Amino acid sequence: MISRFVAFSSLGRRALPNQWDFISLALVIAVFIGVAKGSAGMTAPLTAPVTADLSLDYSNLPYYALRTTLRMSAAMAASLVFTFVYATIAAKSRRAEMVLIPLLDVLQSVPILGFLSFTVTFFLGLFPGSTLGAELAAIFAIFTSQAWNMAFSFYQSLRTVPRDLEEVAVGYHFSPWQKFWQLEAPFAMPSLIWNMMMSMSGGWFFVVASEAISVGDTTIKLPGIGSYLALAIDAKRIDAVLAAVLAVILVILAYDQFLFRPIVAFAAKFRVELSAGQVQEESWVRQLFLRTRFLRALVTVPARMLDRIALMRLEPPRGRATRMRWPDHLVSRLFDAVWFVVIAALLGYSLYQVYGFVSEKLALADLRETVVLTLYTMIRVFVLIVLASLFWVPVSIYIGLRPRLAEKIQPLAQFLAAFPANVVFPIAVVLVVKFSLNPDIWLSGLIVFGTQWYIVFNVIGGAMAFPNDLREAVVNYGIKGKYWWKDVILPGVFPYYVTGALTASGGSWNAAIVAEYVKWGDDKVAAHGIGAYIAQATEAGDYSKIVLGVAVMSIFVILFNRLLWRPLFALGERKLRIN
Amino acid sequence: MLDRPEGALLELKNVSQTYTKGSGERDSLVLDNVSLTLKSGEIVGLLGRSGCGKSTLLRIVAGLVTPSKGDVSYLGAPIAGPVQGVAMVFQSFALFPWLSVLDNVEIGLRTKGVPAEEARRRALAAIDTIGLDGFESAFPKELSGGMRQRVGFARGLVVEPNILLMDEPFSALDVLTAETLRTDLLDLWVEGRMPTRSILMVTHNIEEAVLMCDRIVVLSSNPGRIAAEIKVDLPHPRNRLDPEFRQLVDKIYALMTKRAAPERDGVFPGLGLGMSLPHVSTNSLAGMIEEVAAPPYNGKADLPALADSLNMEIDDLFPVAETLQLLRFAEVVEGDIKLTLAGLKFSDADVDARKKMFSDHLLAYVPLAARIRRVLDERPSHIAPATRFQSELEDYMSEERAGDTLKGVITWGRYGELFAFDEGSQMFSLENPGGE
Repeated sequence: MISRFVAFSSLGRRALPNQWDFISLALVIAVFIGVAKGSAGMTAPLTAPVTADLSLDYSNLPYYALRTTLRMSAAMAASLVFTFVYATIAAKSRRAEMVLIPLLDVLQSVPILGFLSFTVTFFLGLFPGSTLGAELAAIFAIFTSQAWNMAFSFYQSLRTVPRDLEEVAVGYHFSPWQKFWQLEAPFAMPSLIWNMMMSMSGGWFFVVASEAISVGDTTIKLPGIGSYLALAIDAKRIDAVLAAVLAVILVILAYDQFLFRPIVAFAAKFRVELSAGQVQEESWVRQLFLRTRFLRALVTVPARMLDRIALMRLEPPRGRATRMRWPDHLVSRLFDAVWFVVIAALLGYSLYQVYGFVSEKLALADLRETVVLTLYTMIRVFVLIVLASLFWVPVSIYIGLRPRLAEKIQPLAQFLAAFPANVVFPIAVVLVVKFSLNPDIWLSGLIVFGTQWYIVFNVIGGAMAFPNDLREAVVNYGIKGKYWWKDVILPGVFPYYVTGALTASGGSWNAAIVAEYVKWGDDKVAAHGIGAYIAQATEAGDYSKIVLGVAVMSIFVILFNRLLWRPLFALGERKLRIN
Repeated sequence: MLDRPEGALLELKNVSQTYTKGSGERDSLVLDNVSLTLKSGEIVGLLGRSGCGKSTLLRIVAGLVTPSKGDVSYLGAPIAGPVQGVAMVFQSFALFPWLSVLDNVEIGLRTKGVPAEEARRRALAAIDTIGLDGFESAFPKELSGGMRQRVGFARGLVVEPNILLMDEPFSALDVLTAETLRTDLLDLWVEGRMPTRSILMVTHNIEEAVLMCDRIVVLSSNPGRIAAEIKVDLPHPRNRLDPEFRQLVDKIYALMTKRAAPERDGVFPGLGLGMSLPHVSTNSLAGMIEEVAAPPYNGKADLPALADSLNMEIDDLFPVAETLQLLRFAEVVEGDIKLTLAGLKFSDADVDARKKMFSDHLLAYVPLAARIRRVLDERPSHIAPATRFQSELEDYMSEERAGDTLKGVITWGRYGELFAFDEGSQMFSLENPGGE
C-alpha cells in the first residue's frame, strides 16, 4: 500500500545513471554556478532589509508561530502549483519527459540547504531593501524541500491512470481540462496527499533553518520560530529554546488536526480499490464542517464554484485535435531534431560553464578535499542508518505486532519525524562542549536524530500489515527464534523498512549540513564532513566552495540512491511483497 | 423496435490494425481486413477468443483507436475520434470511484454542458429505467458487481446513444447476476424502452451470444479475421434448452474448433520453434484429461457440455483442449474432444508415470521444450539464461507473446522435470533444487 505512494524518482528507473542523468546533473550544476556568479556580482554588502526587532519574550511566540505557519502554507501552495504544471507537462509530452524526470531525480538528491545562501542573495537582489525578498527566499527554501517528491508522485499517478477510466473520459467526450479535473487529479489524490504530508514533515526542518540565515556579513532574520530559536542560541537562553520546541510541537499538532486529518478523511473516497471495509479515517474537524449548518454553507459556495470551473470545457480551438490524431511523421521527426539540438546546446553551454568554473576557481586539491569529506559524511550517514536500524527495527516489530500499542505509538513516530530536529541541536553542542567530547563521533548522532522515525513508523506499519494467517501458520508450525527472525518477520517487513530507510537516508544527507556544524552562542563545534564544509563556506560567503561542495554531495547522493537503495527496493518489491 | 428505420448506422470497410513493436521491427497484425455493417434495430455480437482483436475492433468503432488501414463511417460520415451518439459499457465497469452513482451517471452529460437540472432529471430517469432506484447516493465501492454494471449501463443510456457498445459486459459477474442483467437488458431492448438503435457487443461466451444477438460475427485469431457470420432468428425470449438453440451453440463450437490448416503442427500460430504457446497450468491439463476419461464422457466429450460441467468459458477451455491436442493426449474435432490412447493411459497412471509421459510428449511435440533441453545438455555448465530463448522467440513473435510462450513452457518443463528454472536469476538449469 505504502509503496504505491513512495515517490523517489530514481526508483522507477534504471539503476545505472545514463546520459539523461548526466545531462540533468550538468544543467543543475550550471544553474548553480550561474546563480553563484550572479550573486557574487551583486555589490556586497547586501542592503539587509530592516527586519522587525525580534525579542525573546514568550508573548511574541504565538505571532512568530503564525508567521512560520503562513510561510509553510505559502510554500505548500507553490509546491502544489509546481506539481500540477511540471508533472502534467512531463506526463503529457514525451519530449519534455525525457529531460524533466531525470532532472527531478537530480533535484531530489541536491542538498538544497547548502544552497540557501544563493537563493537568499538572489531574492534579496530582486527586491532590494524589502523583507519580501527574504520572505520569498525562505519560502523558496521550504518549497525546494517539498516540491520534488510531490511532483514525482503526481507524474507517477498520471502515468498509471487505469486504461478503462481513460477510455470513459475520451469516449464520453471529456475535454482535456475536464479530464484533468474529473479523472486525473482525483486519481492522483491519495498518493499526492501522502506525499504532501511527507513534504510537510520535511519542511519544518527547512523553515527553522531558513528564517535566520547569515551570508558573509549579512544576517537576515524573519519573524518566526526559526529566528526566535537562532536568537535564543545566540543569547544562550535554554529556556527560550524549550519554549520554541513547545511552539513547534503545538503548530505541528494544529496542522495535523486542522489540515491533514480532514484532507485524509476527505480523500479516502479517491482510492481506486473497489472494496469497502477499509479503515475509515476520522476527523473531528471534518465532521464539524459536515454537521454544522453555517460552516457547511461556508464551504458550499466555493465548492460549487470549483465544481463549475472543473466542468468548463476550456478547449483549444477546433482543428488542432485532428492534427494531433494523425501525427505527421516528418513533422514529428523535425520537432524531435529541434528538441535534441536545444538540449545539446543547453548541455554544451552547461559544460562550458562547468569547465570555466572548474578551471578558474578549482584546484585539484579542493576536489580531493571535498570528495574525502563527502566520504566521511557518507560513512556517517551509512553507519548511523545501520545503527538506527539495528535498534529500531526489532523495537518497531515488537510494537507493530501489538495492535493496541501500535495504534498509540505510530502517530507519535509520525509526529517525531515531522519535528524539526535542528531545534534541539544546540543542546547537543552544550553537551559536547561541557564534556569536551569528540565532535566527529558525537555530532554524528544528530544526523539521524530527526530521520530515524521514518524507519520506526514504516516498520511498525509493516509489522501491523503482516498477514494474520501467516502469523497463525508460524505459531502452528512452531517457528521460533532465529528462524522466526530470518525467515518470517524480517522478510515480511522488508519492503516497508526499505521505504523508511530510504526516506531517512535522504533526510540525513540534508541534516548533515546543519548537524556537522553547530553553534551555541560563540561556541562552535564542527565535525569533519562535507556538511560542515558547506556550512563554513556559507558563513564565509565563499561561493565557489559552496558550489563545489553541493555538487560533489549531490553526485554522491545520486550514486548512493541508485546503487544501494534502488536495488534493495526492487528486491523488496519483487520477492518480498505480500499481497 | 419494429418501427426503427432500416439502414446502416455504422460501417467498417477493410479495416486492418497493426501494432508497431518497440524497436520498429516487424509489425504484428491484430486485425486483418475486417468489414462490418451495423444496422438499426439489431444486436450484433463479436465472438472470438482472447487475442482475436475483438476488443480492438470495438475500440475502433468507438473512435478510441484509429485503424492503421481502412475506413470507418458513422451515419455516412467518416469518423476521426469518439463520435457523439456512441456510448460504451466496460467489462471492468470503469466507474469513477470518487463519484456517487448519480454523479457517475450525470458526468457524461455535465461535461457536455447540459444544465445541472436537466442532467439531474435525465440521470434519475436512466437510473429508474435500469433498476437502480434508491442507490443514487451510494458510491461504487458499496455496490455489488451487478449493481456496478447497472450504473455502467445507466451512464451509457443517459446520453441517448444511437449505438451502445458493450465490451464483455457480463464476464466479470457471477453466473446468476450475469443472467439477471442479460434478461433485464433484453427486456428493455425488446420493449423498445432503450433510447438506442443498435447494440454491438463483444463476448467470448457462445451461449451469451446466441441468447442475445440477432447476428453473430465470429472472429478467428492471430490475426483477427471474420471467420463466419451467423444470423440468429430465434424469437425473444430465447430458451437455452430449445433444441434449435442448442444446435446453434454446437454449430458455433464446431466452427471455432475447426482443424487448423494441415501444414501446421497444431492449432497454435507459428511453426516449430516459433510456435506461440498458451500459459496453461499442468493441473488444468491433467484435470481435463481426468474429466473426459471419466463417465459420463468415457474418453469423448462434447465441448459445450464439458464447458458447462467444468464451468469454464471458451477462453479458458480452448487453450487447455488445444494444448492437449498439441501434446497428442487428445484430438479436438468439430466441437468434440476425444482422448488419444496416450491420453487414456495418462488418466490411469500414477504421479511419476504421468510426469514421465508428459516429459516424453513435451520433448517430442513441443519444439521449444526440446530445444531448451538440448541446449542445457550440450553446455558443460548445464545452465542457460532465459533471455537467450526469449530473443530467439522474438524473431518469430512479439516480445509479450514470446514472454507468455516462455512462461508456458517453463510451467510444463518444471512439471515434466525436463529442466529447472530459477525465477530470481532467470536461468534454466538441469539441477534438481532438492538434491544438493
